[in-house]
Amino acid sequence: MNQRKAVLPMSARYLINAALCLALILGLKGLSASGLLSDYFTKILILVGINIILAVSLNVATGYLGQLPLGHAGFMAVGAYTGGIFLKSVNAAAMSGAPLVLTIAAAILLSGAVAALFGVIIGVPALRLKGDYLAIITLGFGEIIRVVITNIDSVLGFDFTYGASGLKRIPKFTGALNVFLCVVMTCLVIHMVMKSRHGRSILSIRENEIAAESCGVNTTFYKVMAFTMSAFFAGVAGCLYAGNLGSLQPGGFGFMKSIEILVMVVLGGMGSMLGSVVSATVLTILPEALRSFDRYRMVVYSAALILMMIFKPSGLFGDYDFSLSRILEKLGVGKKPAGKEDAR
Amino acid sequence: MAMLEVKDINVYYGAIHAIKGVSFEVNEGEIVTLIGANGAGKSTILKTVSGLLHSRTGSIAFQGENIAGMAPHKLVGKGLAQVPEGRAVFLRMTVEENLEMGAYTRPNSELAPHLDRVFEQFPRLKERRKQVAGTLSGGEQQMLAMGRALMSSPKLMMLDEPSMGLAPILVDQIFGIIQTLHQSGTTILLVEQNAQMALGVADRGYVLETGKLVSSGTGTELLKDESVKKAYLGG
Ligand SMILES: Nc1ncnc2c1ncn2[C@@H]1O[C@H](COP(=O)(O)OP(=O)(O)O)[C@@H](O)[C@H]1O
Ligand SMILES: [Mg+2]
Repeated sequence: MNQRKAVLPMSARYLINAALCLALILGLKGLSASGLLSDYFTKILILVGINIILAVSLNVATGYLGQLPLGHAGFMAVGAYTGGIFLKSVNAAAMSGAPLVLTIAAAILLSGAVAALFGVIIGVPALRLKGDYLAIITLGFGEIIRVVITNIDSVLGFDFTYGASGLKRIPKFTGALNVFLCVVMTCLVIHMVMKSRHGRSILSIRENEIAAESCGVNTTFYKVMAFTMSAFFAGVAGCLYAGNLGSLQPGGFGFMKSIEILVMVVLGGMGSMLGSVVSATVLTILPEALRSFDRYRMVVYSAALILMMIFKPSGLFGDYDFSLSRILEKLGVGKKPAGKEDAR
Repeated sequence: MAMLEVKDINVYYGAIHAIKGVSFEVNEGEIVTLIGANGAGKSTILKTVSGLLHSRTGSIAFQGENIAGMAPHKLVGKGLAQVPEGRAVFLRMTVEENLEMGAYTRPNSELAPHLDRVFEQFPRLKERRKQVAGTLSGGEQQMLAMGRALMSSPKLMMLDEPSMGLAPILVDQIFGIIQTLHQSGTTILLVEQNAQMALGVADRGYVLETGKLVSSGTGTELLKDESVKKAYLGG
């Protein structure tokens, strides 16, 4: 539907994007091979990546759809435990016939899928109602999931989540490289959906639900779709988180974690993917850089939020988004269509 | 057979009985108006026809097909467009993007000719096509909402108080546009508080009072009707 005249042909832009990603991957590989990338630094990169996925996925539901989910950590928990249990059981069954890469990919996709399923289960009743029911329902969901995980340590005699004592000895597969790939895939998929007709439908609901409906948009379907997509990628992040730590405690997925992710989105600017990426990066690195300041993190978060609400309510980037073709346009690559845009 | 045939609908908001056994019809090529004071139930009727609300009884037929209980997004494809109350435009989208949304149910190939037609009807929108809808004036937003509904090339267009909150000169303009649309073959169901203007352009009208139809007739008949004069035309 988008009428914006492309400055560069689609294929060229994909090529440039792919080349940039490849360069980054090779750079990462080179750095870690040369030993310049310390273990500590790699750990932080991994955390940054996971938080980017969490923030970018939450931005779909808050920024693009205009809802206020308060249980993103719940979907992350579902993904983390799905991935953890899956990898453990695959390992236990010693089904190492499949190459490792495939097992990891399967774990990540499965985690996303199970989280998405929960997204549908919660989204359908909550989003069919007009009004702000989603905030309350997701808030409840996040807490319920945590309590359930804590309490069902075994199912029918099989060890399941190991309850409060935690799920341990999960194969630690998460590295800077596969996190990076997941970040790229997440951003790419969300970007492509949002640029499509489906994305326009989701945005129109945010702008005016009644008008969207009167244009023929199936609002319930698209609300559930956006919410489910948001849950899917939270699940992916959860799986990476499980593979990073190697053990899971239900306590790590509480309400505060959901709020932490929400703060990243709000500070970055609701509806800006770039904003989510930048603010997730900064808010992950900052406490690491200033270790002693970690205990004041929540205070600083609240203060930053309040200041932001006062001075720039739309967040750092508003709903501005990064556009490669716009930058190329500024640099003079690819001629702008002459005169006024498309003369009809 | 009437294009739109509403029979004996009863609509409730919880325990509130908002529409009490209303029946009316709109024939092809007509402008029909529903007039009534604030809170009479005009918007409720339109929302029921467009599927946003549901009637407990009766039937709603559009071109012979029963559409009661059908989801609103399906009706657009059938040729029933609604311009909701209060200039419901997509504020952060441009004028052009708003209009594109209006053609949501149409194939992409129809986009350009429809856009041309709407711009011909609303030259003001053409000037502002790249402007964000939130920066338009009230009258321009109303035109945009109407233009957007036109983009689906509806057979029947339902307008909910298009003159609400507009300066008199803009009201004249909006009614002028409604007449032009009508002349170009669109059937119109117009809901208004501004009885004088609405009855002036309408072929037929119905008068609604607290959820009930109290009288009906041609536009000119109703303009002369003593009780209508008293209640809606300031004596
Ligand atoms: N969402 C709602 N909940 C409860 N009552 C409502 C609601 N919307 C409208 N009503 C009531 O229904 C009646 C008709 O309202 P409405 O159709 O909006 O009137 P009109 O469009 O003629 O001004 C009014 O008495 C109003 O108070
Ligand atoms: Mg009304």
